[in-house]
Amino acid sequence: MNVIVLAKYVPNPQGVPELGPDHLLVRSGVEGALDPGDEYGLEAGLRIIEAQGGEVVVVSMGPEEAMAAIQRALAMGAHGGILITDDVLRGADALVTARVLAATIRRRPFDLVIASVESTDGYTGTVPMTVAELLGVPSATFARKLDVAEGLVRIERQTEGGYDVLESPLPALVTVTTAVAEPRYPTLKGIMQAKQKPVERLTASDLGLSRDQLASSQGVVDVHDAPPKDRGEALEAGPEAVARIADLLAEARVI
Amino acid sequence: MARRLTDEIEAVALGPGATEAAPALGGHGARTVHASDDRQFEDHPGAPAAHVVARLLEEHRPNLVLFSTSYASRDVAGRLQALTGSTLMANASAVLGPDHARGEILGGTKIVEVELRGPDPKLVSVRPKAIAAEPSGGTATVAPVRVDLPDELRRLRVVERHQEEAAGPKLEGAKVVIAGGRGLQDPANFAMLDDLARAIGDAAVGASRAAVDAGWVPYSYQIGQTGKTVKPEVYIGVGISGALQHAVGMKQAKRIIAINKDPDAPIFGLADIGVVGDLFEVVPALTEEIRRRKGS
Repeated sequence: MNVIVLAKYVPNPQGVPELGPDHLLVRSGVEGALDPGDEYGLEAGLRIIEAQGGEVVVVSMGPEEAMAAIQRALAMGAHGGILITDDVLRGADALVTARVLAATIRRRPFDLVIASVESTDGYTGTVPMTVAELLGVPSATFARKLDVAEGLVRIERQTEGGYDVLESPLPALVTVTTAVAEPRYPTLKGIMQAKQKPVERLTASDLGLSRDQLASSQGVVDVHDAPPKDRGEALEAGPEAVARIADLLAEARVI
Repeated sequence: MARRLTDEIEAVALGPGATEAAPALGGHGARTVHASDDRQFEDHPGAPAAHVVARLLEEHRPNLVLFSTSYASRDVAGRLQALTGSTLMANASAVLGPDHARGEILGGTKIVEVELRGPDPKLVSVRPKAIAAEPSGGTATVAPVRVDLPDELRRLRVVERHQEEAAGPKLEGAKVVIAGGRGLQDPANFAMLDDLARAIGDAAVGASRAAVDAGWVPYSYQIGQTGKTVKPEVYIGVGISGALQHAVGMKQAKRIIAINKDPDAPIFGLADIGVVGDLFEVVPALTEEIRRRKGS
């Protein structure tokens, strides 16, 4: 089994994100990490490989700093990594990102591509399906459970009133929620071994994509602050806070 | 939202019930509804609908295609941008023109205006309830959609369907919404929120995506970008940090109360009353206080 896990390097969720003069998020030189959402997909991929044999390769497009995300994935147990870094990809929209990822994946045979449902910084949630269409494979999305057996992938997909079970032959792409598997912590041994694992570095020109295909079609023309909300009351837990909440509920005529 | 830009609007409805939906779409401004009740759109999510829509776009050449932000729409929109080679903007809060949309970033603290370039049609998914859906009167012509797709688009299939019914008032209609997050620490603690909801009366319990993803409550509880959008009289967030994903689904509540032990939780930026402290102390005390005031 060849499993590809798509990984994104995101600014540290605890930090304060900044926009540069070009209206793009300042990504380089900013402390960041492997998107926490991607750890669940990686864990699901690792479990499949541990049961059936094969390799997990983690693929990421991002600035030089995104190597930290790949190193984290390798420390968790991924067998190899591919990082696509190129100045022309700065500010890439979802379609360009998907083209780059699909072109990277297509270079080798694969059985399963796993991605998280959406990134925790952008929430676009469409890149994996675009990648699947470009690769010409089925996409089973929003999986809370993922099994692979006898050339079939089987998922449980959350729905409005419950869940559906979906099946697809391999190769396929799956997007997973955080219910799919609890990610492991990298061990000290894993962190040491990560340094020896193969990481391939690519630029856009290695992928045979034309300038047109790499040109982002979205440009931010204006950014302004959202109108600030009046500061609410901040209270410490205690009888006074409880009374204030009850007053507000009474004021709203709901009790 | 489309009606603010033009009166030349057509709609696409695919899957069982599509033809039945046409009068409602017409009543909201669609002149033509391209409809097919074919079961394959339900049994094989994603690819078949994307390919049928791609063909319709080829035939009708619109400037702009709008999508909702549902799971099904995201599957179709994601695949569609690969087929059309045109750009997709997700989660727009307003569409300002055929190639100009507005969105929110960085937890809703910044508003961005985005220019959409490249080939038509531009693809934009719109946040739920970003705009009130108002009927405009009118009737739509139903144009049956031809469905002849290669088998390879039906490789993914639904093999089982399961219902997990939630009890109590519906989230969308309740006057009070009480939402629980990871701060509840254990699924069993949702019972505490149910208890508070019963004390209030017309109150429904929802959850953050984190709590739903963890499998604590069914997806029907989810409030946020990929769940429901609620606009109650009062929203009470319990153990919820208030990430953008959740905030877009609740910030239009008239009054917002947040209870969280982390004083830096972003939800406090939205709250009218923010209580910093132990939810396991505050919530039962509140339930008690409401029962006392109601004299029961």
